Amino acid sequence: MVYAPPARHLLRAKDVADARYVEPLGVDDLAGAAGLSRAHFSREFRRAFGESPHAYLLTRRLERAAALLRTTDRSVADICFSVGLRSVGSFTTTFTRTYGMSPTAYRAEYPPASQHALIPTCVLRAYGRPQHRTFREDRPRGRA
Amino acid sequence: MIRIANAQIWVHDQDEALAFYTDKVGLEVRADVTLPEMGNFRWLTVGPAGQSDISIVLMAIPGPPVMDAETAEQVRALMAKGFAGTIFLTTDDAYSSYEELKGRGVDFIEQPEERPYGIDSAFRDPSGNNIRLTQVRELAAV
Repeated sequence: MVYAPPARHLLRAKDVADARYVEPLGVDDLAGAAGLSRAHFSREFRRAFGESPHAYLLTRRLERAAALLRTTDRSVADICFSVGLRSVGSFTTTFTRTYGMSPTAYRAEYPPASQHALIPTCVLRAYGRPQHRTFREDRPRGRA
Repeated sequence: MIRIANAQIWVHDQDEALAFYTDKVGLEVRADVTLPEMGNFRWLTVGPAGQSDISIVLMAIPGPPVMDAETAEQVRALMAKGFAGTIFLTTDDAYSSYEELKGRGVDFIEQPEERPYGIDSAFRDPSGNNIRLTQVRELAAV
């Protein structure tokens, strides 16, 4: 058995979010992939990657949804379900909060996919994932 | 004329990496040389059959005096978090390569997907390095 640093297990969970966001996954499933209890996992994940596993999974889904809005003509509801989210209402709300405009308005902002530069998917996925936003807009202590 | 000969990635364990890149990914061993006079430094390289002039160096993270313990720990942590580097491989058939590697136990983090530039997929090596496997689309002659 080869020694692996603890973060390797957290990366496994992050990879599960990236690979299986289409499925009805939750933080419990990610914790299971890392082999940790939910509370411990959430704390360690945040320490390693700077955001909660919930936020990571949600923004992965939003990033994928945004890509589908830009590159396909599929309906908003269809896109919502195909990124693993189950409520179109809360998808639209969360998307609007994150991107500052509704899914339909977002789609209208972008030219057809064929006009885009040919950038590898990993780059698009890494740089295209939005910052997580909540209603309360958690701020680190000590900052206004 | 400048050409690319080798590119290096860090690995947690050279035996584990060697087994992964040869048995699972299907690369060939190019060099596996251990130098006792250099503290058993092991120069280990692998590459694809049919592309004999390019290889990937599977480099163990050295200890002092080459690398101090704190830096080595930082490199290990970066690797484990998946931020130490990426290798971009190409294939002439993304779907059959995906099935072949998956059948040998490679964990894909992205299944093959159609992209404007081709069909793209990704997996990780045991150390956490990101490996892309892409069937690049032939651009139509203009």
